[in-house]
Amino acid sequence: MALEAKNVDFRYGRNQPWILKDQCLKIGKGERLAVFAPSGYGKTTLAMLLAGYLEPINGQVLLDEIPLPKKGACPVQLICQHPEKAVNPRWRLRRVLEESGPLREDLLEALGIQRAWLARFPRELSGGELQRFCVARALTSGGDYLICDEISAMLDGITQAQIWNVVLEEAEKRSLGLIAITHNRRLAGRIASRILDLSV
Amino acid sequence: MKQANRRTKLVVLTAAMVLVLAVIYACGILIPEEAAAGSFLNAKLPPSLRHPFGTDALGRDLFLRTLKGLSVSMTIGLAASAISAVIAVLVGAASAAGSRGVDAVLNWLIDLVMGVPHTILILLISFALGRGLNGLLAGIAATHWCSLARLIRGEVLQLRSQQYVAVSRRLGKSSGWIMLYHLLPHLAPQFVVGLVLMFPHAILHEASISFLGFGLPPEQPAIGIILAESMRYLSAGMWWMAVLPGLTLVSIVLLVDKAGEHLKTLLDPYSAQE
Repeated sequence: MALEAKNVDFRYGRNQPWILKDQCLKIGKGERLAVFAPSGYGKTTLAMLLAGYLEPINGQVLLDEIPLPKKGACPVQLICQHPEKAVNPRWRLRRVLEESGPLREDLLEALGIQRAWLARFPRELSGGELQRFCVARALTSGGDYLICDEISAMLDGITQAQIWNVVLEEAEKRSLGLIAITHNRRLAGRIASRILDLSV
Repeated sequence: MKQANRRTKLVVLTAAMVLVLAVIYACGILIPEEAAAGSFLNAKLPPSLRHPFGTDALGRDLFLRTLKGLSVSMTIGLAASAISAVIAVLVGAASAAGSRGVDAVLNWLIDLVMGVPHTILILLISFALGRGLNGLLAGIAATHWCSLARLIRGEVLQLRSQQYVAVSRRLGKSSGWIMLYHLLPHLAPQFVVGLVLMFPHAILHEASISFLGFGLPPEQPAIGIILAESMRYLSAGMWWMAVLPGLTLVSIVLLVDKAGEHLKTLLDPYSAQE
């Protein structure tokens, strides 16, 4: 039971430089891995490859020895860095949340999502408030692996702690495989049991 | 009293324009055929209080005939632009969401239809389908979807690359579901505005094709027919037969066009907040 990137190469076009070259990564269920690198080292690209948003040019992304399923809910869910881009601006937030499954009251409670926010549109909430919705949406979808792509980079300390507590608790409870992508070495040390540094 | 803001003023203005159009349309529908039937005793009368637009060579009241003609034009304009707009959405969405081959074929089709002058194409289609209302409708509907289809194709391409669409796909939603719930609602403003702005084109084409004699039959009180009939009497100094119905047609077209522009200002997210 593992999510694995096998000798993955990726670039965004024929004339572009390689962003990832011969990259390997393996994470089992219940494991917590932090991917650390400065800006521009392909952290987000790696996250998109692992969650099936992008296809590697060479190499494979395997889940339990087989490629990621193309249809149905992906067992590897990604929470993006910019929550305002990851929600449909014309949908009320209740609908955004219900896209991944029925509402989970305990999750809303833990993330501090107020009931009144559910009837609002995305532009009526702040970035931090929206990110809670994205976290809730990813957790409701029932995947086995969760990739957090700098989900707390633009949040204040308190919100950051609150969101990470919920994610870690949930990961513990369901023994999710968790990949946290960050350029904050201290945060990486706090969350993960293992750190992968792309810059070396 | 508090001054109403610009948006409210614009809404009221647009509503008033729509109301005027609706009244003209209703008048044209409600006026019975007999009311416009004339007698040769008062043929070729210049405009007066009894006959605001004068009368034509058969003694029919031109004002009533113009109103009736406008309602016919508006029916054709509305139906043709609605059909066109629906075709545009289907073609645009299919072209953007389909495979590369489908996209190439549809783009080629758009270029082809755009490359042929509208009037000639409508003329041919209308003629092939036996003139009359149906031929005209088919002709206008088949020629006016191209630019809107292009616009919608671009819009869908841009929307499809949005992150929330990718997220939705990874949450297990099918392409059809995404098209229906994520993409199509975003196209509503383009659809409505495109439809309204197509309307004046359709009316003018209807009038010109009827004027040339390939559209509606001569007994129908259409603006194009009225204008075509008036040509024979212009040199005899009977200016009212062409000028007044023509001016009315132009003012209706301008009215719809203006209303469409206002609607665009109201619906377009780039100007909606002004």
